[in-house]
Amino acid sequence: MIELEEVWRIFRVGEGEVHALKHVSLTIERGEHVALVGPSGSGKSTLLHIVGCLDRPTRGRYLLEGREVGTLSEEERSLIRRHRIGFVFQFFHLLPRLSALANVELPMLFAGTPPEERRERAAQALKAVGLSHRAEHRPDQLSGGERQRVAIARAVVMDPAVLLADEPTGNLDRASAGEVMELIERMNARGLTLVVVTHDPAIAGRAKRVIRMDDGAIQRSGVRGPGFEPRAASPESQGGG
Amino acid sequence: MRFLDLLSFAAGALRGHRLRTALSVAGVAVGISAVVALTALGEGARRYVVDQFAALGSNLLVVLPGKVETTGGAPFGGVTHDLTIDDYRAIARLQRVRRSAPLAVATDTVHFRDRGRAVPVLGTTADFAAVRRLEIGSGEFLPVGDPNQGGNEIVLGVTVAQELFRSENPLGQVVRVGPWRFRVVGVLAPRGQSLTFNMDDVVLIPVGTAMRVFNRSSLFRILVDVRMRGEMEVTKKDVERLMAERHRAEDVTVITQDALLTAFSAILNALTLALVGIASVSLAVAGVGIMNVMLVSVTERRAEIGLLKALGAQDRQVLAAFLTEAVLLATGGGVAGLALGAGAIRAFVGIYPSFPASPPAWAVASALGLSLAVGVGFGVWPARRATRLDPVAALAKR
Repeated sequence: MIELEEVWRIFRVGEGEVHALKHVSLTIERGEHVALVGPSGSGKSTLLHIVGCLDRPTRGRYLLEGREVGTLSEEERSLIRRHRIGFVFQFFHLLPRLSALANVELPMLFAGTPPEERRERAAQALKAVGLSHRAEHRPDQLSGGERQRVAIARAVVMDPAVLLADEPTGNLDRASAGEVMELIERMNARGLTLVVVTHDPAIAGRAKRVIRMDDGAIQRSGVRGPGFEPRAASPESQGGG
Repeated sequence: MRFLDLLSFAAGALRGHRLRTALSVAGVAVGISAVVALTALGEGARRYVVDQFAALGSNLLVVLPGKVETTGGAPFGGVTHDLTIDDYRAIARLQRVRRSAPLAVATDTVHFRDRGRAVPVLGTTADFAAVRRLEIGSGEFLPVGDPNQGGNEIVLGVTVAQELFRSENPLGQVVRVGPWRFRVVGVLAPRGQSLTFNMDDVVLIPVGTAMRVFNRSSLFRILVDVRMRGEMEVTKKDVERLMAERHRAEDVTVITQDALLTAFSAILNALTLALVGIASVSLAVAGVGIMNVMLVSVTERRAEIGLLKALGAQDRQVLAAFLTEAVLLATGGGVAGLALGAGAIRAFVGIYPSFPASPPAWAVASALGLSLAVGVGFGVWPARRATRLDPVAALAKR
């Protein structure tokens, strides 16, 4: 479903080069729940952006659902993001001027879905995250946990193949974080592939597989090896910010 | 993306910054209202002049003595022939001429009892009324007859009649012009300024009499009313050929009214364009204002742009969204500016009722077109910046 072969991502900074990713090879199967962990600057966010088609590998191949997407045009990659990928961010990224419902409608707006269908599907998605009663509230009238649930509704409303979550609980209290994780795990249980970037060992521990990154490379992962241990994540703390 | 969705998305973004939106709309409104108001004034001036010419009669040729052009070096003996009453009669017999009227002009004082008034005295014939579209208020116009003979009839302009006779009936009374006595046969209907003369403040006498009493050898003008509007140029040639034959030299000038009208019209159009040019400067300033607002908006909404891209908005959709915002600002300003300009024109007409100031349709249309162009023109760059934003960097910042 997600296949990376010898992917490098090199940033040019002034005269020098920063190797954000170094020969990363990785396969994620359909319906998996994967946690990406590692210290700040280890390349896990960069990896997530490449998987999410927001960034391109400098070298190497990236196949999404068997299709080479690293070299597609921006136009086509937009369509892949629209239809195959859902994003959830640490800071929710809801548009403050729009109601919860309108925020969930946003991806369909750009897809040109007719208004009635849009409203109906957005309402369904809000219902699925248990926020039907908050549909007309604006983000500033919602709690952090509610905002993230709206963002999740928005991420899945186009029925994507994979949900990419970048520190989805990083801005939430324990209780809300638990609710949010339960929600996306329920979706994962119904077949949605889930990739979560996190610092939180407790969150990482809920994944079926943990990929640990350091200095742009994968340190420990059972991608291909038969001896892969699902509970490989050590509970030690992972450095700051 | 559906067009209505695009509009409401852009409008929603603008509603988020009411003050900023209102100010940039106001900037465009000032520019557009200036364009509309100044165009209306320029166009009003042009129409005023055109109306004046139309009052003269639109099929009019004017023959004047002497050649105003100095083209060619061949001397014609240096003699300028007089324009005579016989010349006029010859012109009046031309086939394409409906009617013609000679004009001799002097200024003298008209007396009735102890009251006197210095006015232009026009010597002409009965056809003058028709040629110049004059109407008789009371009595009759000058009698038809041999123009060389000339009687002692006089027709008064309405102001002259009022000033000299007050409440008395002037018809049949005798007035003096200098030492000569004239019998009042008619009073003109009020007409007002007609380009050269205020026709309310003149007197008219038979041309033969005028030539004699003022000791004129040449007519001032011969007015020619052409039968068909399409034959103006041919008739002009006819008159020129006739006069060249009679005088054995090209020593008269024939002007068509169109030539005068075209000249005036061109001058006033240039004036209007100059005014519009000045007004456009303020429009350009307003455009820069829009560009500024949109740049601020793009910078402020980096995260939003990143999000839209992550949600699958294509570059051209992001471009369209921001361009639509700029265009909404500009056309909002355009509509407000039209209203503002219309108000200004109304106020102006309230103060100067006789001035026909109203914005021409092309100005209204182009003002709206212009505001649209300002929106697109000054919105493109900020919108392109929005599309070039790297979504990763845009989303990383809070």
